[in-house]
Amino acid sequence: MFSDFLQFLVTGVTIGATYALVALGFSIIYNASHVINFAQGDFVMIGGMSAVFIIATGVPMPVALLIAVLFGGLVGILLYKGGIEPARDAGVIPLIIITVGAALFLRGVAQVVWGRSYHALPPFSGDEPIRFLGVVVMPQSLWVLGITVLIVAALGYFFTRTMLGKAILATSHNRDAAKLMGINTNMVLLVSFALAGLLGAVAGVIVAPITFTYYEVGVMLGLKGFVAAVLGGLGSFVGAIAGGVILGVTEAMMAGYISSDYKDAVAFVLILLILFFMPSGIFGKGGVERV
Amino acid sequence: MESATHVIDLVTIEKRLWEEIVMLKKTLLAAVCSVAAFGLGVSQVAADEPIRIGSFLSASGPASFLGDPQRKTLRLYVDRINEEGGVLGRPLEFTYYDDHGASDQARTFARRLIARDRSHIIIGGSTTGATMAAVELIERLEVPFISLAGAVVVVEPVKKWVFKTPETDRMAAEQVFADMQRRGISRIGLISGTGGFGASGRQQSHAVAADYGIEIIEDETYAPDDTDMTPQLTRIRANPEVEAILNFDFGQAPAIVTRNYAALGIDRPLYQSHGVASESYLELAGAAAEGVRLPVSPILVADLLPDDDPQKAPTMAFRETYREAYGETPSAFAGYAYDALMLAVDAIERAGTTDPHAVRDALEQTTDFQGVTGTFNMSPEDHMGLDIETSFRMVEVRNGTWRLIEQD
Repeated sequence: MFSDFLQFLVTGVTIGATYALVALGFSIIYNASHVINFAQGDFVMIGGMSAVFIIATGVPMPVALLIAVLFGGLVGILLYKGGIEPARDAGVIPLIIITVGAALFLRGVAQVVWGRSYHALPPFSGDEPIRFLGVVVMPQSLWVLGITVLIVAALGYFFTRTMLGKAILATSHNRDAAKLMGINTNMVLLVSFALAGLLGAVAGVIVAPITFTYYEVGVMLGLKGFVAAVLGGLGSFVGAIAGGVILGVTEAMMAGYISSDYKDAVAFVLILLILFFMPSGIFGKGGVERV
Repeated sequence: MESATHVIDLVTIEKRLWEEIVMLKKTLLAAVCSVAAFGLGVSQVAADEPIRIGSFLSASGPASFLGDPQRKTLRLYVDRINEEGGVLGRPLEFTYYDDHGASDQARTFARRLIARDRSHIIIGGSTTGATMAAVELIERLEVPFISLAGAVVVVEPVKKWVFKTPETDRMAAEQVFADMQRRGISRIGLISGTGGFGASGRQQSHAVAADYGIEIIEDETYAPDDTDMTPQLTRIRANPEVEAILNFDFGQAPAIVTRNYAALGIDRPLYQSHGVASESYLELAGAAAEGVRLPVSPILVADLLPDDDPQKAPTMAFRETYREAYGETPSAFAGYAYDALMLAVDAIERAGTTDPHAVRDALEQTTDFQGVTGTFNMSPEDHMGLDIETSFRMVEVRNGTWRLIEQD
């Protein structure tokens, strides 16, 4: 039935958009530092959880969401200042391990401060599903898609039209050369972590009404976002979006047409196949080893 | 197998060793006391040895929502019983370990409770995994054990030393199917999580469906972390013969299923299991939960029970006491611990001793015991002793809260 297919597609694209936002966060930090930030999923948790608890204090929802997102950015900055910067010269692997530690730390703090229960954020514009062509779309799904598109556009503008964005791109291509050109590469890293924190928190805030949020929600989202980023090609923004949507749609189609038992397996088979035949992902630039 | 026996033997040796150390202490103490008594002319020296209640619970970690209220309950009631003079004139001594939800830890702690702490009775194992990890050891070392885990496997087949207080998932399925039968429903779609609870619930649902003339014609699953079950529900909806949907799982996933179900506008009734019987489900599922039916423990609906219901008084008293101490309404899981402790106390009082064999026999002979989970009637064939009528009440969500379904 065609309407079933459309339903699976809508479901898949919504989940995929979330994965894409997480994947974008991975890509931004990877570009600036070649570090895989394993705390990216926990930025998502920070955004959702802080929004829930700010709203609970009586702050109006739009203000609360804004504060939550900014708080995500702040956590990104703190992660950089407290964890990454002091160990900047230690090389990529130690830095990655630091992000793993930071992820555990964030989860632990969240568990102590916010508790272990699940929380739901109210949907931004009501609970009444929209129906067309036999397909049901929740208004919140449209918010997720709309905000994702906006963010992608804004990121595109930032990286191609602004000085700071170009500086980040330049640093990602060649840190030493960028430094020689007068770019403050430390600043670039700081901005990248702040951006990744903001992006994660945005994802956390917009999906919390659909998926709920709790202190460990970042584990699964982080993993799926990472798969999406690798699928699309680590460091490629277009790739992150494509990877996220492909992953989301594949999962939904699997659950819908075959069996949800194999849903996760197919996602990983997909990534194996792509890495076999296109080792740098669908949109990744081929790695060039300089001698 | 050989190494397992080896370990057990070490435990037995350790147990003996501790016993001997304690005997030695006692002899020394007795010697000192008799000298003192002789000197002072006091004849009363028999110190009241405490009754040692040992416990291992998942008070932290993923199953903390089970273990944490259980720990609070045991602590609260052991203190209350001691204030009232203890049991058999002896105080209760409560020793507890947190297994963090890990089965291997549970086994280690069970061993420690028996060998070092010399517990007279063990209450614990918040999860089926933790319970089953300790069962073999407990059977071997012969200590009465009351588990707080849900699955049928704990008491089926019957194990000599193992009892349990929670209702089983099979009973939940039976209660749901009985309600469907009353509504004239015979073909259903089942959707369950692939986690331990959901998988076991699914298995039990298949096992008992036919007894109630129910046929499961759609059978969908999802992973515990999934965030959207729309595809699975779309498949069930596509089958026009499905008359009702049963979702067997716990945690946040059933709330998502409920929301997806409402969004898809499925016009066939939705049933949930006792796994979602908590305020948090109502909060997460919101308006989507209207009309959902599920079996719940009497504790959750204590205030709704009619006054002549035998469950009313004990559940209300438990709720008040717990709320006074901790400022929150106890969950069904807290009730399992309350029942386990009270059953233990009851058995020790009837046995008149803490001799393990006597206590075990007394536990097995428990009849018409009014707990908060239900009425217990143990027997050599049944080490849980609950019946469906007193332990599970069918409720429907109306206006964001539970309402008892009048069963006529």
